[in-house]
This record gives sequence, structure tokens and C-alpha cells, in this order.
Amino acid sequence: MLKEKGYFQRIRNHVRWLTGVVVVFLIVAATLITYQYTNNQVIEPDYASKIVVDPSSVQGAPSSGVGYRSKFDSPKRIATYASASRTPLEDLHGTITPSDLHFERHHAGIPEIDPDQHELLIHGLIDKPIRLKLADLKKYPSVSRICFIECSGNFRYGKREMTPGEVCGLTSQSEWTGVLLSTILRDLGVKPEAKWLLAEGADGALMARSVPLKEALTEAIIAYGQNGEAIRPQQGYPMRLVIPGFEGNTQIKWLRRIEVTDEPVMTREETSKYTEKVKNDKIRMFSLVMDARSIITFPAYPKKIETGWQELRGIAWSGRGKVAKVMVSVNDGKTWQEAHLQGPILEKAHTAFKFMWNWDGKPTRVLSKAIDETGYEQPTYSQLVEARESRGGYHFNPVVGWDVEKSGQVYLADIKDIL
Amino acid sequence: MNSKFMVSFILGCIVVLLLRCSPAGESTAFTDTGPESWTDNLEEYKKTWPDKFGIGRSADKDFIARWDIDVRPDGKGLPKGTGRAKNGALIYSNKCASCHGINGVEGPEDNLVTSSNGRNTIGNYWPYATTIFDYVRRAMPFNAPGSLTDQEVYDLTAYLLFLNGIINVDYSLTEQTLPAIEMPAKRKYVLDDRQGGPEIR
Repeated sequence: MLKEKGYFQRIRNHVRWLTGVVVVFLIVAATLITYQYTNNQVIEPDYASKIVVDPSSVQGAPSSGVGYRSKFDSPKRIATYASASRTPLEDLHGTITPSDLHFERHHAGIPEIDPDQHELLIHGLIDKPIRLKLADLKKYPSVSRICFIECSGNFRYGKREMTPGEVCGLTSQSEWTGVLLSTILRDLGVKPEAKWLLAEGADGALMARSVPLKEALTEAIIAYGQNGEAIRPQQGYPMRLVIPGFEGNTQIKWLRRIEVTDEPVMTREETSKYTEKVKNDKIRMFSLVMDARSIITFPAYPKKIETGWQELRGIAWSGRGKVAKVMVSVNDGKTWQEAHLQGPILEKAHTAFKFMWNWDGKPTRVLSKAIDETGYEQPTYSQLVEARESRGGYHFNPVVGWDVEKSGQVYLADIKDIL
Repeated sequence: MNSKFMVSFILGCIVVLLLRCSPAGESTAFTDTGPESWTDNLEEYKKTWPDKFGIGRSADKDFIARWDIDVRPDGKGLPKGTGRAKNGALIYSNKCASCHGINGVEGPEDNLVTSSNGRNTIGNYWPYATTIFDYVRRAMPFNAPGSLTDQEVYDLTAYLLFLNGIINVDYSLTEQTLPAIEMPAKRKYVLDDRQGGPEIR
């Protein structure tokens, strides 16, 4: 009996021991699996790998639903505030801004809008007020147009270590697709006393702006497409107003209402904001059109250049039409030469300019100046200050330059020193 | 058959060679195809459009009334009501002071009341009193936009005008009196006169 009891005791001990091992194993396995699923990061060795794989001798990555950038060249927006981010102009090629690098400015965050729940109401001084869903909007004949959108508060300076995007990255260019506002209003019977329209967004700020009807009707688009896809939430999904050449704030995103009126509403954004102090103690309002401007994006901070030939590059644009000419100086304004403009030169669009320059290694300053088809020449800081008796504010578009030091290092030139 | 084929093959080869070797102009010169515009052929396309599209559904008066929230300087859009600064003071300290300061000057957000710091405020920069009503009702308070009742908006508007020394503390602000208030900054406002061309403005 005792012998038998000891035997069972031993078996029981074995079973206990085995159960213990299995439990420990299961805990370890569960921990590892949880770790794998919760930790998505690729584990990189913390030393430089000596193994270089020749891409022509291995199979590459498979295809995917959505493409991605090369990990070696992946520009980011410059986030300045929670309510704004800038386009890294210095990282772009050509003139189209990738949609995910388009600058952002919002006054109550980015709303998430289900297009099935969203409607655009058009009413006011018209015979037939209507409600349109996104699907309705897409039924109208469509237009596509490449143009820039620029915030009118798009100039920063104050230190040498600033990139083109930090100086004026609140401008971006897209191909916008949608319906001309005139196409829709043609159906609705606009009354003769109609002079303005109020556009209102569906965001937390119910952002609203008044725009003169005559100017808006010729070119305004109610857009739903941006660079071949739906407008991104940051740019106004599912629909926004695009008024080529006008200041960005008028191009209401998340558009939910258009009221045709005889008078401007005088919203906060067209009185307390987006107005600028000018001379004789005046405040200028409804400064809607963006004046001509340019910036050299190479060479620019933080780049360092080598002596010899380089292609000086930049973008120029005007809200009043085409860029006629861009003049560049590689000797701090002593002499100016005409840059090559990349065609097609489109109205109210970023236009790329280039200039071949043989740098001799001596410290110098490079400058650019846009001239548009109306004959407007981009002013210097001192010319603007003199004309407005104001040292900044909205619609401040001075000539900007870059100092090239002996080492080839490039810095933002002191704006007050550009004559 | 075979020789005919050979002959035509050889002839063909010669033609191709000649075509390839012939100097077809400067190889680096490009023809300018002229301006391109988003309006190219648009007028022609428009001629194919029907007279009416008839898209969307009509909006009735009730629907429009619910959405039509803007308030203009002439008072159009103002609901009936009476606002008092005293009532506004309490609402202000509960819902506004944390961003704009207890006296409207301490921030961290925009200064609302004129002080010696030179900032733009309702008192020294806003040209129309109706804009206060429109904006506060539209977008404030920041953490709960659109949550204020019309009565609260009236009282707050009265309080902000009182803090800026524009109305007395016991002034009754109504849909009649609000549009009649002359704001100090209004005389400063001018319309944009930039128009392109060589002049810098």
C-alpha cells in the first residue's frame, strides 16, 4: 500500500512539474507574441552594417495598395503651430506640391467629414436655392486647373538659419478638379442686386468669408479633387472653394454653405484678421489678390555648395496672372540677369525658374525678383515699408536672398540689408 | 517568291537606314507649341451643355433658416433679444477668461480689450460691433464652438463692448441697438487699392 502510494506520489510530482513547464512556456510564448504585435518597429542594428546588398542581385519588395517614399528621401512638412504647417519648398522638384506636403492652416482643427452626411447649401439672392451632396457635385461638367494657394500671412524672417519653407512655405500648388461656381449658379437664377457671396465651412470655426461675386464668378471652382485623388482632409475634404490668385483664407475648406448677397457680411476673418495696417493710420480690407513673388530654393539654407557650375533654382508666382520674368542677381544686386522660366507658364501658378551660375568661391549674395504680366515688380523690404509705413502684416512679399559664405554654406540674408 | 521577298527586305532596310540617317533638323531644338490654358476649348465644350442641369434638391425655407447664421453690419441675421454686460461678465469668467484673461488682456489667446500693450483689440481694431455677435456665436468658446445660446451671445457681446468702453454697463443691447453702434476703428478702414502694375502699395 505504502509502496503504491509513493509511486502515485512520484507520478503526481512529475505531472505537476510538467504542468509547471508548460505554463511557463505558454507565458513566455504569449509575451513574445504580444511584443511582436504591439511593437511594430523594425529592429535596426545599432552599428553601421558592413553588408551592402546589391539591389540587382536580390528580389525587391512586392507591390502594394498605396505607394511610399524612398526611406532615403522623405521630406516632411514644417510644423510651426498646431494650427499650421508649411511646405518644405527646398525639398520639392518641379512645381506640383505632393498633396501630403501641401501647407495647412486651420482655425479649429481638421474635421472628419463623412460625405454622405455632408451637404452644400446654396441660397440667398437666387431664384432656386439648392442642397448638393458630393455625388451631385460630381454630376456637373468638371474642370481641372493647376494653380497655387497661398496664405496671405506668408512671410517670416529674423534669423540666418531659416529654410525657404520656413520663410514662405505657406504656398503650395495642386491640380484642382471640380465644378466652376458659374456652372452651378447658371442654373439657379442669380438676381441682379447680387454683388457678393459668403462662403462658409463646416469646421468648428464655421470659417466664413465674403468674396465679390463678379471676380469670383469668372474663375472660382468648387473642388473635390486634388492632384488626381479626393481632396485631403487637411485641404477641405469633401469639397472646398478654390479661387485662383486669391488669398488662401477666402478659399473656404469643408465648404457647406454659399449665400449670394448684396453686401459683405464683415466676418471676423475679413475685419479683425486678414486686414493690414497701411500708411496714414489706415487699415486695408478685402486685399484679396496675392501679389507677385519669388524665392530661390537652391542654393538656400541649410545647403552647402561647391565652387563651379550650379543650377540656381526657385519658384515665382503671381495672383494677377502669369509670371513675365524672373530677374536674378548673384552679386548682391549689383547686376541682374533674366532667369530661364520653365514652360508651360500658367496663370496664377508657381513657375519654376533656373539660372546657370559658375560660383568662383567668393562670398556673395544671391537674390531673385519676380515681375508679372501686369508689370508689377516684386518689391524689396524697404520699398514695402516705405509704401505702407508698416513693417509686416498680411500680403508682405519682399525680395528674399541667400548669403553664400566662403565655405559654401548658405544662410538667409538679412531682409533689411537687401536694397 | 523567295528572291522577291529578299529584294523587298533589302529595299526596306535601305529605306529605314536612309530615314534614320537623314538630318531631321537640330536634334536639341524644340518646337514651341504655344500657350496652354485651363480654358482651352472650354467655350466649345460649353456649347454641348444642356440649358439646365437640374442637379441637387431644392432647399426649403426651414432648412435655410437653420443654416443661415451670419449677422451683417446692418443687423440682418440678428435674432430678437436683449443683452446686458452684467450678465455677460459671469458667462465671460466661466467660458472665456481661461483663454483671453479675466480682464480680456492677459491672454494667452487674442487680446479683446484695448490696453497699453498696443495689441489689436475689439476696441481699437474691429470696425463693426455685429461681427462680435457673428463670430462668438459661430466659433466660440474654442473648446465647445457653437454651444452658446443667443441670449449668452447677446450678453457676452454687451460685456465685451462695455469692457472696451464703447457702451455703458446698463446699456441694453438689442437687434435694433447693436447695428447702430459706431466702432472706433471703422473710420480707419479702406478698401484694397492694389491693382497690379508698377506701383507698390
